[in-house]
Amino acid sequence: MLGAYLPILLLVIVAVLFGLVSIVLSSLIGQKKPSPVKLAPYESGCTPVGTARERFSIKFYLIAMLFILFDIEAVFLYPWAILYKKLGVFGLVEMGTFIVILFVGYIYVWKKGALEWE
Amino acid sequence: METLFFLIITLVAIVSALLVVTCKNPINSALALVMTFFCLATYYVMLDAPFMAAVQVMVYAGAIMVLIVFTIMLLNIRVDATKRHSHKVVLGSIIGFFTLVNTAFIIMRSRVAMPNGPLTGEMIRQQGHTELIGREMFTTFLLPFEITSILLLVAIIGAVILAKKKL
Amino acid sequence: MGIEILGLPMMYYIAMVAKVLVAFVFVLLTVAYATYAERKIIGHMQVRLGPMRTGWHGLLQPIADGVKLFFKEEIIPSQASTFAYLLAPLVALIPAFITFAVIPFGGVIEVAGYKIPLQIASYFDTAAGRVFDINVGVLYILAMSSLGVYGIVLAGWASNSKYSLLGGLRASAQMISYELSAGLAIVSVFMLSGTLSLNEIVAQQSAYNGFNWFAFKQPLAAIMFFICSLAEINRTPFDLPEAETELVSGFCTEYSSMKYAMFFMAEYANMVTVCALTTTLFLGGWNGPMAIAIPLLGPVYFVAKVYFLMFVCMWIRATLPRYRYDQLMHLGWKVLLPLSLLNIVATGIIGYFIN
Repeated sequence: MLGAYLPILLLVIVAVLFGLVSIVLSSLIGQKKPSPVKLAPYESGCTPVGTARERFSIKFYLIAMLFILFDIEAVFLYPWAILYKKLGVFGLVEMGTFIVILFVGYIYVWKKGALEWE
Repeated sequence: METLFFLIITLVAIVSALLVVTCKNPINSALALVMTFFCLATYYVMLDAPFMAAVQVMVYAGAIMVLIVFTIMLLNIRVDATKRHSHKVVLGSIIGFFTLVNTAFIIMRSRVAMPNGPLTGEMIRQQGHTELIGREMFTTFLLPFEITSILLLVAIIGAVILAKKKL
Repeated sequence: MGIEILGLPMMYYIAMVAKVLVAFVFVLLTVAYATYAERKIIGHMQVRLGPMRTGWHGLLQPIADGVKLFFKEEIIPSQASTFAYLLAPLVALIPAFITFAVIPFGGVIEVAGYKIPLQIASYFDTAAGRVFDINVGVLYILAMSSLGVYGIVLAGWASNSKYSLLGGLRASAQMISYELSAGLAIVSVFMLSGTLSLNEIVAQQSAYNGFNWFAFKQPLAAIMFFICSLAEINRTPFDLPEAETELVSGFCTEYSSMKYAMFFMAEYANMVTVCALTTTLFLGGWNGPMAIAIPLLGPVYFVAKVYFLMFVCMWIRATLPRYRYDQLMHLGWKVLLPLSLLNIVATGIIGYFIN
């Protein structure tokens, strides 16, 4: 058990070190000549107007919500998939019901136009 | 060694959980929460429950927190550095204190009274955690599993109704 | 056998450090030379030469690029949220570089009487006489790749620039949409394999002629998974987050020097991982003629297959134009998602009749 997870810990440490070292090193050896214009957000050469943190479309929010719900469905599918051969027709009917019920939801989302990106 | 590792992870978990409530910038709070979820996933791994660990990261850190980050960005909460909200601190700390005493009391007094179940760490390693969870879920807990699909269906409809202006 | 720490022999630790370091450096070099190969391949496909100046046929180009980026000026925009701005490249890079831990790149080799499986997160248990790896290997990869979205969304938000924010939002919505379809597309593979352990999935595809590959049993799943993965790692034709013509450079518009390079390294490392995962799940992993008899051939076959898939990625980039955002969402949610669910149901019913 431990044997399989220790290398991941080591790999995380190596990756974090690599990232930190390259950020710190590049900020140490790179030149620094800041000026107000250079530090302004890039807007194709024009003077920046207003702030970027405006409110944005609720579409993204809806996509994130639907993603959570279907992701949970996927999580239920994994244990079923690896047991599929052992569960036989019983498991097939079970998961068929599950998928059909969620597919009804999916059709609802489609019909309501929530998947349109107009 | 395992105890030491557990203590380190616990320390990280507690510190990041504290950061969730103390950070002034909501995005930083959200990141601290992701870190806390990671520590929880590590606990699951240490408890021989790798499937739970993976699901913890996939669903909580990978999906739900993305929604929370989107919400923070959508609401456009400004970082308020000067104003400090200190209302209800007294009430909160009293409730917190009693919850702590209550939890401590339960932990101190309770012990495992039931006989040990069939699931041991050795068995999980031999058969695989996902298989065991799956077998229970699709036999013993069949009805709750099917009800979950209804729950998800309701949630899908709710999400559409929340987000679409005209239906 | 000698000294033991935490119930594991000393050789285990030596092998672990060696595997981690070799694999890390190898992926790093692959990432560096993938940028070169991409410029060269696309160059030749467009009847250009690509980089020619640094070294023979521009072979030193990645090193020159790296050195240049190290010496570039570091800019932190005045309006940015500094902590999140500095953290974002790390958050993008780290998941990308730890995902490949569970992918087996060879069989079991024996060094000084100790058996070492060529897979980072695994060990050979002498008592049980088999290789133990992470039982939920595929879920580990999915979980780690679902974290990649934070780096991008953070970069977009923290820069506090309009292009960055739009790029970050688009990228994250795209990534989560296609992550879903990718996750569903591979379910049908697990229905055939009966396990989530990548080591066993590779073992099940070990026929000499390659007809046991899951790509032949699940062609639709293989194609869908590869398409979804391309979209998830923002490769052309799904590179909208970095659509130069409309969003300058997307979420990394405000980044410079090594921090900018780290986003690119993350992108290419993700490409390596996706190709490695596709190889493992569908193309038989490290299997090939004589791979079991001569253990050192395994990594060679594995790397050859991964490089071939990476070449396909670059070929696609040279061939296809970019999608429009509504087309992208349409493809993800209205085509790939129902198709992958349908594939699962079809596999289930057909598999029942075959059994």
